[in-house]
Amino acid sequence: MSNKEKEPLFSAKNMKLLTGPLNQNNPITVQILGICSALAVTAKLKPAFVMALSVTVVCAFSNLIISLIRNTIPSRIRIIVQLVVVAALVILVDQILKAYVYDVSKQLSVFVGLIITNCILMGRLEAFALGNKPWQSFLDGIGNGMGYGLILIILGFVRELLGAGTLWGYRIIPESFYEAGYVNNGLMLLPPMALILVGIIIWIHRSKNKSLCEK
Amino acid sequence: MENILSIFVRSIFIDNMVFAFFFGMCSYIAVSKTVKTAMGLGIAVTFVMAITVPVNYLLNEYVLKPGALKWLNAAYADIDLSFLSFIVFIAVIASIVQLVEMVVEKFSPALYNQLGIFLPLIAVNCAIMGGSLFMQERDYVNVGEATAFALGSGIGWWLAIVLMAAIREKITYSNVPVPLRGAGITFILTGLMGIAFMIFMGIQL
Repeated sequence: MSNKEKEPLFSAKNMKLLTGPLNQNNPITVQILGICSALAVTAKLKPAFVMALSVTVVCAFSNLIISLIRNTIPSRIRIIVQLVVVAALVILVDQILKAYVYDVSKQLSVFVGLIITNCILMGRLEAFALGNKPWQSFLDGIGNGMGYGLILIILGFVRELLGAGTLWGYRIIPESFYEAGYVNNGLMLLPPMALILVGIIIWIHRSKNKSLCEK
Repeated sequence: MENILSIFVRSIFIDNMVFAFFFGMCSYIAVSKTVKTAMGLGIAVTFVMAITVPVNYLLNEYVLKPGALKWLNAAYADIDLSFLSFIVFIAVIASIVQLVEMVVEKFSPALYNQLGIFLPLIAVNCAIMGGSLFMQERDYVNVGEATAFALGSGIGWWLAIVLMAAIREKITYSNVPVPLRGAGITFILTGLMGIAFMIFMGIQL
């Protein structure tokens, strides 16, 4: 216990908490958590980015708060306590989004509220924050939020580029392409394609990391 | 009455929770390995949804909406509590899930053991919370419509997970590329099923 307190803030072990979720332990492709919002908000890059940021913030701070009070929560009612903490943070994020980026907040519609039931949050709270110190939990929250954000941004990038020919609302594919007969792939913007893209990302990721394959 | 019926059919097929909005994907992927457990979870989700959405509808209508407290006192007409809706909805859902858990444990221990960890996790199933939030956003005019929507969405989710489980039981005999096994192929199959479900999109109700 005592040597843990002497540990530097950014020791190798702590850095691993931060970078692990980006690759080996990615919340979406490996832990298969938090899929709902990952798919629904990624038709465009901008909402995907805002969503990734919101989830990272909520995940980091809920991990921190639960970790601070972890010894005082009775285990029978812990789920409700966790939900209340997360819900309070999400309300804050929702109000901030409404105040500063109203159009994105309208596009995200119910999915901001659904951060509460995002399995990544509950998963990390249950699996990590309840048994670890505040600083490690905070890093773990940021790491998982970033791992989630990474996949969201890849999805948003591919879907907006191929589906609408734009990025962040700016036109990327030049007009001359369209005149030469290039057509946007409208299927990219529809829900089913998001699922298939995640499937393909998992496929690529696992064929690079053989240890993650099932059976 | 026709309106209620059309909302019901619409929420099963056209606005299917899984294929159109991806709600409840986490448990959908994790529990769809065998038809039997999928069936149990589907029933539990439908049940919880059919209770929580009408309850949340009434709360939204009489407590949370701007001016909803008018029935209490005319002076409260300009109070807007809608910013509290997330926390109220999730509290209602969590307590009803706790209740369902106790009922299932008492009357069907076999089902209880089978569902295991997933029963408490229904509380964080996005489909349930999503149902309440959509109910709030779409402004159903009375509690009947909200119930029809809840029941339809629940059945739609149930249908989706049972279909998926049936396919996954068969696919264990197929030669899927190794990195794609498990989660990967499930995503792609769900996508293909979503494309199949898009045929309902043109239906006018």
